[in-house]
Amino acid sequence: MKQLAMKQLSTKQLPLKRYSYFFGILIAFWLGSVFEANAVFEALWEYQEDVVYLIGQHVEMVLISGVIAIMLAIPIGIILSRPRFAKVAETAMQLLNIGTTIPTLAILALAMSFLGIGTLPAIFGLCIASLLPIVRNTYIGLNEVPAHLKEAAAGIGMTASQMLIKVEIPNALFVIFAGIRTALAINVGTAPLAFLIGGGGLGELIFTGIDLDEPFMMLAGAIPVAMLAVLVDVLIAAIAFLLVPRGVNPLRR
Amino acid sequence: MIKIDNLTKIFETPNGPVTAANNIQMEVPEGEICVLLGPSGCGKTTTLKMINRIVPPTSGKVFINGEDTSGLDTVSLRRNIGYVIQQIGLFPNMTIEENITIVPKLLGWETSRYQKRALELMDMVALDPSVFLKRYPRELSGGQQQRIGVARALAADPPVMLMDEPFGAIDPINREVIQDEFLKMQKVLKKTIMFVSHDIDEAVKMSNRIAIFRDGELVQYDTPDDILAHPKDDFVKNFVGDDRALKRLRLVNVEQVMEAPIHVSQADSLSDAFARMEACGYYHSITLVNKTKQPIGFVTKEATQTRQGQCGEHYIGLKSIASIDDDLRKVASKMFTHDITWMPCVDKEGRMVGQITQRGITHYLGATYRRDGFKAKSDDTSEFATAIKA
Repeated sequence: MKQLAMKQLSTKQLPLKRYSYFFGILIAFWLGSVFEANAVFEALWEYQEDVVYLIGQHVEMVLISGVIAIMLAIPIGIILSRPRFAKVAETAMQLLNIGTTIPTLAILALAMSFLGIGTLPAIFGLCIASLLPIVRNTYIGLNEVPAHLKEAAAGIGMTASQMLIKVEIPNALFVIFAGIRTALAINVGTAPLAFLIGGGGLGELIFTGIDLDEPFMMLAGAIPVAMLAVLVDVLIAAIAFLLVPRGVNPLRR
Repeated sequence: MIKIDNLTKIFETPNGPVTAANNIQMEVPEGEICVLLGPSGCGKTTTLKMINRIVPPTSGKVFINGEDTSGLDTVSLRRNIGYVIQQIGLFPNMTIEENITIVPKLLGWETSRYQKRALELMDMVALDPSVFLKRYPRELSGGQQQRIGVARALAADPPVMLMDEPFGAIDPINREVIQDEFLKMQKVLKKTIMFVSHDIDEAVKMSNRIAIFRDGELVQYDTPDDILAHPKDDFVKNFVGDDRALKRLRLVNVEQVMEAPIHVSQADSLSDAFARMEACGYYHSITLVNKTKQPIGFVTKEATQTRQGQCGEHYIGLKSIASIDDDLRKVASKMFTHDITWMPCVDKEGRMVGQITQRGITHYLGATYRRDGFKAKSDDTSEFATAIKA
């Protein structure tokens, strides 16, 4: 069923894609000419030094919190999916689901209230915000590995850890990567808020720009954030494409 | 050899304990296929899965080749048992080659050895290694996947195999083909196999022995012929069906039933033909063979009595011929199709080696009932004798 839906989608998308390239180029050209006429590029270029420095800070924050979140979330997801934790797991997942409804700004505010001001609470807050989707997807991905695959694996004499590494994780990997992708998208998008609790990053330009009523300053922060978000998304998608085994990768059929 | 000793499984459910298998006791001799048969929920699958501890037994023991398996750890026990399930369970993240070499790899074989084994296995299940080894399971048809499932179970050459409705998910046409291939393989490999099925026809075709289960009890454990000819009680009788005597046709080959050949050649005279028929008693016609002994027609008794001359001038063409490898089901079907009561039997070269008659078939199938009657009678007389002595 899933395969069929995918295939239909891709055939429908194909002509659309062709047009969208065309329109994209057209819009980019038009925007470029408008910007050039109003000297937008010069105005943005003034912030070049700040932007480069803040991108560095921003990326650092995203990277540290993202990596910590992945390193924590996947083992937690794996542990929750083990049969002996089955009873606890459902409750834990419910708690996590409630957790995801808390706005990320609130998480940052909470982090600040007991870790103070600076990069540390920012990283902590981002980490918590991106933890949830990964745990959830790891747990669901592993739980959705068909029971008969596990029976076959057990039946040919795999130990529990061999089963996890050779059968369960490869089959859940696509779903796990989807979780990582969501988490990092949230992470990159939330990172500008870190400025509010003194964490630095591109939020500094955005919020200062808003406060000072300087649209170019704000754009100098917003445009790199948007580009960063797209870049991270493409990067994770590429890694997933390469890492998920061909037999269970719906993108490599 | 698989020996099951007092195996019991009690599931604890919210509605109280449920006995899925009660004191099962049976033994599958080396190299035989035993089919566990019964309606769903009868305990056949539970019994099978207790052997490799997918379902841990509540009590009782399992012996494999005389060795008590309760002393073995679960992992090494399972690595020495081939396991095939209905859903096939090929790992979709692995290529076919990775799938069938997984057990050898777990057992620590060298690369060159398991690669060679992969080629052997593909050969065994009649799939071209150069085409299939690098493919992924989802690129194969259901039948091909189940062949790979069997190959994976055979990979480390385990002495014992457990199969849980292995051909249940395959369409009827492919199922026949795979069953035949599997039987051919089994003739060479001679594994001891336990096989769960709910299809009596499959059981009769595949098994050396059938175990019929009902509500967690082993009701009857016998050869297919005995199960069909002597169902122990009404449950077994109903389960094997009203046409059970017809099902026995499949178990018997032409070779077992055919009678010594009587035939004439073209140059023989009609009176010779008459004399030969008379000598045998009940025949109403006689087969005509050519110089290489291939049957080409028959001469009726009527013709030999009313006409004169050579057999070659007065014969009628044959409607059908049985091969000695055919089972009786096929023969009966041919008889019904052509409205005949006998036909000549030929060997692989097409030479006549005997003939098969409806009378012969019914006699053969009925023999087991007559034996019973005789046995019952002799039991009576011995009782009578002891009574007299007393």
